[in-house]
Amino acid sequence: MIEKDLVIIGGGPSGLSAAKTAAESGLSSLIIERDYKLGGQLVKQTHMFFGSEKQYAKTRGIDIAKILIDDVLSYPNLIEIMTNTAVVGLYNDKVITILHEEKYSKIKARAIIIATGASEKVLAFENNDMPGIYGAGAVQTLMNVYGVLPGQDVVMVGSGNIGLIVSYQLLQAGVNVKCVLEAAGTIGGYKVHASKLKRLGVDIKTSTSVIKAVGGECLQKIITSKLDEKWNFIPGTEETIELDALCVSVGLSPLGNLLSMIGVEMKYVSSLGGLVPMISHSHETSVENVFVAGDVSGVEEASSAIVEGYLTGLIVAQKLGFEHPNYEVLIQDLRSQLDNLRSGPFGEKTRNGLLEIMR
Amino acid sequence: MLNKTGVPTIDLIKSRFPKEELLVKPKAITECYEEIPCNPCSTSCPFDAISIGEDINKPPQVDFEKCTGCGICVYSCPGLAIMTVQIVHDKARFKIPYEFRPLPKVNDVYEGVNRNGDVITTVVIEKVTLTEKQDRTVLLQVLVPIEFLYEFVTIRRPI
Repeated sequence: MIEKDLVIIGGGPSGLSAAKTAAESGLSSLIIERDYKLGGQLVKQTHMFFGSEKQYAKTRGIDIAKILIDDVLSYPNLIEIMTNTAVVGLYNDKVITILHEEKYSKIKARAIIIATGASEKVLAFENNDMPGIYGAGAVQTLMNVYGVLPGQDVVMVGSGNIGLIVSYQLLQAGVNVKCVLEAAGTIGGYKVHASKLKRLGVDIKTSTSVIKAVGGECLQKIITSKLDEKWNFIPGTEETIELDALCVSVGLSPLGNLLSMIGVEMKYVSSLGGLVPMISHSHETSVENVFVAGDVSGVEEASSAIVEGYLTGLIVAQKLGFEHPNYEVLIQDLRSQLDNLRSGPFGEKTRNGLLEIMR
Repeated sequence: MLNKTGVPTIDLIKSRFPKEELLVKPKAITECYEEIPCNPCSTSCPFDAISIGEDINKPPQVDFEKCTGCGICVYSCPGLAIMTVQIVHDKARFKIPYEFRPLPKVNDVYEGVNRNGDVITTVVIEKVTLTEKQDRTVLLQVLVPIEFLYEFVTIRRPI
């Protein structure tokens, strides 16, 4: 069995950031990433990020990925990286089974940081499995990573920040975005993103959702309907929209499956996106030396995931006997960055959700 | 209205403009009406003209005495929510952010649109600026008839 001080599961923004501050503290780590490259969802975010300078605001996500990856590569003696590697099992004695190039192996860790992020939610409607119906993340991957257009005439379902941003990126790619549908009565994401679409001729239809998809071998039309205050379809308000791709962006849920394998105490908190682990102030779960960082403990912006990663890396290193010389100052600064990112009206859900999962 | 359509009311738009007398020189118009955690406009301003403060959720405040209309905030805003405006005789000169390709060329004429996405006028491209520092967000300087001072927001298709 391979033995490691710290194993970080997930090489996205929070995992990379945790490896960096752990290394700065002198603690070695192994990052396990199931994709063929590091960076997580950042590798397809072509837009400039919000936040402040400390979270790389006004830098494009694709370039933040490069910064975070270069940071971990600058510690070749302390940070080991395994890509194309899936974690298939996790045990209470902190043994991790991995699958890499069709070979299973076991790793025993002193501490683990689970930084697996989140996955897209699906929307239930008739024929929602028809070819041409995508998640917004898939559209972004096709378009911004592989340079493949998902379709010519697209409708976006969901006006959260992801739906609005991906709609704008579709316009940039030359796709006709016919409209954005939003089931709620008001736009979900930042209004600056909504205004960018509206001025380019894309309507955001609030209190509206999809009833069904129509087509043969692939998508040709959708039927939409208005919704009342109780989210019921209003008969007589149906409309038909012709399109060749539908993009669904109705939120994310935390990817905490690994945590359930070792019996970590979990709680369903809808404001955090779903089932999340109970955590201490140090991001430690109910299983000692198993920590979490990023969206796995509550869906937020990538900026917060990065800061949580830096914070958790420092905390874990300190617990294993590698205290950063500037530990107290850094911890205080990172905590105040998180408070600042979460202090506005858009942070309210996270603020309330975190209160529910504090151990 | 902004909450449902993405279009701010005329009063909201005007609240971000200085007095017209000040527009003899270009000034930054920050159309950031909501509390979101973001401050690059403030930190990128070389003249200390845009303030947000410690709480980065606060909307930006522009000191129009200090603002030179240089346009750095225009391409630094991740929300593409800032432009500069100047009154030049019977025209309004805007600097707007632009993230589409192919790029317009100087003297090209484009459709000018309002915040509702309607084509309202024609626009002449005066200058196209793209330096490495701008990180792929182009700064377009355009001339628009003065009556669209509070209406024009960006360009659509070439004419």
